[in-house]
Amino acid sequence: MLTGIVTFLIIFAVIGSILYGQKLIKTEKTDAVFGNPERAKGGVHWVILGSCFLLFLWLYYSWDIAKAFYPKSANELCQVAKVTESLLSLKYLFPIEERQHKSTAIIQRENVNINDKILAIQNAHKLETHDKERFVRLLNSTQQIIPLLTDEKYLQLETKNIISDLTNRIKRLTENFPKDTYPPALSDEAEKKRIEALQKQRGWGATGMEVPPLPETRVGLKFHTAAEELNKISDEFFSMRNHHPKYLRKVKAIIGEIKRYKSGLDDGQELEMTYIKEIKKLGQRIHYASIFPPSALDALEQSIRDFDKVQKQEQGAIRVRDILFFPGGTIVSSGPTCAEDGPGRWLPKPSDTFRIFGDLLKPSVGFKMIPMLWYEMMGVNKIVDFFLPDWVADILPGRYPVHTSYGKVEPNFKSRVLDIVTGNFEAFKIPVPTGHIWDSFLRVFLGLALGIIFGVPLGIFMGLNRFAKGFFDPLVELYRPVPPLAWAPLIITVFGIDNVGKVFLLFMVSFSIMIISARAGATGTQLSKIHAAHSLGASRWQILREVIFPNSLPEILTGVRVAAGMCWGTLVAAEFLAGTTGIGFVENVARKYMQYEVIWITIFVMGVLGLLFDITIRKIIDRTIPWRGKG
Amino acid sequence: MSDLVSQDLNMIFTSPKGEHVHALKDITFTLKKGELLTVLGPSGCGKTTLLNIAAGFLRPTSGKITLGNNEINGPGVERGMVFQQGALFEWLTVAENVNFGLRMKRVDPVKTAEKVEEWLDIVGLKGFGNTPTYQLSGGMQQRVALARCLINDPELILMDEPLGALDALTREKMQSLVLKIWKETGKTIILITHSVEEALLLGERVYVMAPRPGRIHTEYKLPFASMGLDGDLREIKNNKEFVTKREEILSMIWDMEEEIMGKEI
Ligand SMILES: Nc1ncnc2c1ncn2[C@@H]1O[C@H](COP(=O)(O)OP(=O)(O)O)[C@@H](O)[C@H]1O
Ligand SMILES: [Mg+2]
Repeated sequence: MLTGIVTFLIIFAVIGSILYGQKLIKTEKTDAVFGNPERAKGGVHWVILGSCFLLFLWLYYSWDIAKAFYPKSANELCQVAKVTESLLSLKYLFPIEERQHKSTAIIQRENVNINDKILAIQNAHKLETHDKERFVRLLNSTQQIIPLLTDEKYLQLETKNIISDLTNRIKRLTENFPKDTYPPALSDEAEKKRIEALQKQRGWGATGMEVPPLPETRVGLKFHTAAEELNKISDEFFSMRNHHPKYLRKVKAIIGEIKRYKSGLDDGQELEMTYIKEIKKLGQRIHYASIFPPSALDALEQSIRDFDKVQKQEQGAIRVRDILFFPGGTIVSSGPTCAEDGPGRWLPKPSDTFRIFGDLLKPSVGFKMIPMLWYEMMGVNKIVDFFLPDWVADILPGRYPVHTSYGKVEPNFKSRVLDIVTGNFEAFKIPVPTGHIWDSFLRVFLGLALGIIFGVPLGIFMGLNRFAKGFFDPLVELYRPVPPLAWAPLIITVFGIDNVGKVFLLFMVSFSIMIISARAGATGTQLSKIHAAHSLGASRWQILREVIFPNSLPEILTGVRVAAGMCWGTLVAAEFLAGTTGIGFVENVARKYMQYEVIWITIFVMGVLGLLFDITIRKIIDRTIPWRGKG
Repeated sequence: MSDLVSQDLNMIFTSPKGEHVHALKDITFTLKKGELLTVLGPSGCGKTTLLNIAAGFLRPTSGKITLGNNEINGPGVERGMVFQQGALFEWLTVAENVNFGLRMKRVDPVKTAEKVEEWLDIVGLKGFGNTPTYQLSGGMQQRVALARCLINDPELILMDEPLGALDALTREKMQSLVLKIWKETGKTIILITHSVEEALLLGERVYVMAPRPGRIHTEYKLPFASMGLDGDLREIKNNKEFVTKREEILSMIWDMEEEIMGKEI
């Protein structure tokens, strides 16, 4: 419903934007030069057009438009798929979608196989001559059973009857199929059961199911019933064997000889065993194939052709919908499993995506029992415990209390301090953020912050001091070019899969970037500025703080921006590897369970968070270094 | 007595390849307190090197240079420097740039603010105290650089082509400003320029330097600076004597340049 409205809105917006743009182009004074930068400014209407176009592609290719306007179409296509599937094995018997009759193809192939085998046997050095002769004779008699299958005069009456019965049933189906009375009404009880089952069936795209398999419409029921009947016909056909008693006798003789030969072999004659088994297999392949005389199935073929034509005609509107509204794939190709095959599967429908996103955002639902972004009340004592190390109490003078002879323990100052640093006290609670998104954010933030805190001073030091540059250069330059994720297994082993490992990995990423940018900033300080500061009476420390540091700020902040991007990318991949929270973890789990909606949601969330990070840093840059590029 | 005395100053640079550049050779001169010296010369004749030695940024290879009997041994507040491009701290406002020296000395902020106002007024930037430096035009930036240097009350002011990057009109105004400051404060000033006209207009004394090795070629004592103190600079430029001197020095420099080119070819 909503999707339908949105689709119309999009179409209106697209048409409106194009018309408005056209009008604007006409009224704008025409600039004769190509490449006028004025044109690069674009226009809101083109932005609307672009966004709508994107949204439309999404709606269309995820088959959400099909779902909005023809909610039953997937189900109907599924029924068509059933018919197509049932016809398939029958059609393959004839040159309908193949080049040859199946019988022809089998005979051709088996003759080749047998001749190849004869050649192989004659060239086998390790076989005894009398074995060779026996094998060739067996193969020749195997080859000679084929004519017993293909000769009209060995086609038994019984077989002929079955074929004509099947042919008539298909003909009748062809006749009835287009009629309104097809399928015939079920018995009351059966109908009741059918409707009951239908009511239990959930709709298209409902959780855990892509396309509902039971027919929901009359047209669907028609195809469904026909498919069932065709399945029966096909089963009967393939269980029928064209085996004349003469043929059976001959086969029996061959099998008997093979058996006798095998029982005469001893354990050492593996080679002979292999050959005789292969010879037996060749015979079996012919035995179990459906081989019929050349024109024995002509009537059946015609009836199948006729039915195929009729069912294709009957598909009518369904087929048109399939072509128009199911781009890039189709449900029909999935056969009777009734699944979405194509972008409908891996490109989630906007409607589903937003619904699932809404669910994920609910703090009570979240993902794997952890909300995406929420808050929890945490006692101040826990926070104190986290930030104050326990040794603070240990290094205080004095001893911890000792129990008295009355069996009591009197707290003293030292033990009270210990209570505080271990968070062992009552305190009010404050809300702190939690959830997958927050965890990811916090990791990046901490990694980045540590990288800045340690990298900037070291970088500036390296930019000013030959020793520092030379001493730390090998260290930084050797670990920096290694892709961060290559470090991941090692670091995760050393620091654990939890936050410490990830934060350290991110610290490594940001540390090298910050060193390099701070160093570049410090090295880039104009000598005349340092000279000026010197003659104005600044000390070394003052020059460092008042001249070199602010002068390096543009580079440092650009470094922060780059590092933030790198950290973000690394984090998501690291969360993919290990861990139990974070947005990368969510995606990894969703990937395992093929929850395409969730995958796309995580991709979207990562994009937005990365963008927010970047925008924030860009804002900070604009705020703190407005002189950049203007000095 | 706070004269600037330079005795047999020699500066030889050694490039990493081991080539020696004799940038200054036997420079000897005495600059009395309150004198305005302009230094002229073709590019690469060692003007900047001389100034850097006077400022204490470079140590001479041999010889010594003293200011008021103190040997110059490193940068110091008593020698202020004005650079070609101002070398302002663009992350600071005009006032913060001007008071930089006082802040480094931790002078009382109220007093500092008063002095800043005073100097901004003198250089003609009243009311620009809170303007970010990067928004200033080239001429205004040089005014800030002047104020930043003068607020420290140095004995000697060293200017390395301070007006070189300015347009003609601004340049003329700044020349008047330099003369005005010289007159009002009575500071000793060395001003390097590549403009013959500017050297003649501003210099009480003018040194024309020659390259390879860098040395003082000719010295002039000129009246135009004192004339310019109360007269119109443009009038002086049309003065007959001025024009003759200008042509003389110009052709001298031309010859030097030609000699260099000849050498190089
Ligand atoms: N740090 C240095 N190392 C090597 N040679 C230098 C250095 N500084 C200046 N020179 C050389 O000394 C000569 C004088 O330079 P400089 O004083 O800058 O000339 P000017 O300012 O008159 O154009 C030039 O030939 C220059 O190449
Ligand atoms: Mg120079």
